[in-house]
Amino acid sequence: MRRALTIIGAAVALSLLGGACGGGDVAGRADGGGSETINIVGFAVPEAANKAIADEFGATPEGEGVRFRTSYGASGDQSRAVESGLEADYVHFSVASDVTRLVDAGLVADTWDDGPTKGIVSRSIVVFAVREGNPKGIDSWDDLVRPGIEIVTPNPSSSGAARWNALAAWGQVIADGGTEEEASEYLDRFFANVVSLPGSGRDATTAFLGGTGDVFMTYENEAILARQHGEEFDYVIPETTMLIENPGAILLDATPVAQAWLDFVLGEEGQRQLALKGFRPVIDGLEVDEVEGALDPSDPFPEVANLLTVDEDFGSWSELSKTFFDETTGIVTKAIEKSGKAS
Amino acid sequence: MATATLDRGHLVRRRAAGGTRTGRLTATSGVGLGVALLWFSLLVLIPLSAVVATAAEGGWSAFWTSITAPQTAAAIRLTVGFAALVTVLNVVTGTIVAWVLVRDRFPGKRLLELLIDLPFALPTIVAGLVLLSLYGQDSPFGVDVANQRSAVFLAYLFVTLPFVVRTVQPVLEELDPEVEEAAASLGASRFTTFRRVILPSLAPAIAAGAALSFARGVSEYGSLVLLSGNLPFRTEVTSVRILGSIENDNLPGAASIATILLVISLVVLVLLDVVQRRMVRRG
Repeated sequence: MRRALTIIGAAVALSLLGGACGGGDVAGRADGGGSETINIVGFAVPEAANKAIADEFGATPEGEGVRFRTSYGASGDQSRAVESGLEADYVHFSVASDVTRLVDAGLVADTWDDGPTKGIVSRSIVVFAVREGNPKGIDSWDDLVRPGIEIVTPNPSSSGAARWNALAAWGQVIADGGTEEEASEYLDRFFANVVSLPGSGRDATTAFLGGTGDVFMTYENEAILARQHGEEFDYVIPETTMLIENPGAILLDATPVAQAWLDFVLGEEGQRQLALKGFRPVIDGLEVDEVEGALDPSDPFPEVANLLTVDEDFGSWSELSKTFFDETTGIVTKAIEKSGKAS
Repeated sequence: MATATLDRGHLVRRRAAGGTRTGRLTATSGVGLGVALLWFSLLVLIPLSAVVATAAEGGWSAFWTSITAPQTAAAIRLTVGFAALVTVLNVVTGTIVAWVLVRDRFPGKRLLELLIDLPFALPTIVAGLVLLSLYGQDSPFGVDVANQRSAVFLAYLFVTLPFVVRTVQPVLEELDPEVEEAAASLGASRFTTFRRVILPSLAPAIAAGAALSFARGVSEYGSLVLLSGNLPFRTEVTSVRILGSIENDNLPGAASIATILLVISLVVLVLLDVVQRRMVRRG
């Protein structure tokens, strides 16, 4: 009962917080003489990291006095909001297709992904969150499809971010030398074990922490951030997993200082702040002392034996969206549909 | 309704005429009507027309394909079916709760009255969290309905509870007990009194509450997503399908599902109105 009350308390606090953010909070520096404002529109996950970067940016000559107006929400919703007029200078989304939507709308230059990081500003990997001590002994993708294992994953049909998980599940079979049929078969077994498909990554985290399921498909940075906030669970990095690459871009009519902001985010200090919140850096050779919440805080981002990427293993987002997530013919869509019919 | 007469039918007809006995509008009522229409258009008519127009974009066949896709059709059946069931249940329990609140005295009555509105005040996602922590896998009562159909039902019950209670209660308060006494003194049994005198007076209020309750159920999303698990063919409701279509940039598809829900809701509202009128006339 005490646990229940804690959750309710947290929920009320969250909803109040949500109300405050909805109004578009100005996280600015009150002493700012310059009146330049950067509008950040992003998916929910990097909010904490962006706030930390903004503080650091304010301490630099370019960033002095710059104010920020931020809006965070589901990646696809945020992208559509910008497309239909939400003011933005800098966008930070979960998947590249949310940026290409803005390129198609003429709001972002089509050279946005020409830089050294190809438009990627933050990275993570797909991991398995498990109950403390990993009581079900879940270490590999094969363990996930054992009978009786209950999986929670956000819904790939309504959450763009959840698509990384489904791609990882499919791609690891191919990486192990399996055929496409075998990969689809694996997906069927995977979704047959899914007990909950919450609408977004955050909802899924809440459902898992509320007691649903044995294993929760999430991102390494989400797991680290939740553990930083005192949530008690472990996570497992499988031998083969998917590299999550979150794109960021400046809009064509952005305020001039936005470019300096993007450079700062991609620079050492920006990446360090992201790393402290659990994201893997996009630049090489970054020194990060200790990341609280990681499995091993002194070695927060262990090398993954076999890392799948969109570029090398799936081509591009526009191709894979069609192949895997098309509303009627997508491989993942069909696997989910089949899982419902089977029972 | 300051007075309650036995002649309910007459009363309702007179109210329906709306106070303009001559049928012509005075200047003030003309302005009132204008404001009402403008308000209604901005907030309801235009957005709803936009939804229907978007649905029509793909043509009839696209509309039909979106709403008959097996997974979507299952979600529509679940949503409408459960919303109807919950509404029927609410009509019974809501009337009883209203009755108890109006006619009985007991300690804690004021508190109960306050608590009934809680589902209105709570943001739905918070309601979802509360339900998850109370009736999920860590349930302190040992009641675990997580990721089952009953979770959807429970969430609907929770968010629709106040509607019938709150519509019936004021009408019941205005109901003059002398009318019931008169019926009794004329030899009517308690059941007859209830059926021929009380129920017809309450029917419009019950119907209004039922309509609200149904409409809310059909559109519910936040309170159930955490507990229901959104499993296709099992616990997935239409709102989730609509979100899925939007995520795939299939706005016509999303609007099609929304349109069919609108049509179903409209039919239910009309039906409720017809039933209510019948009951009033029979009384």
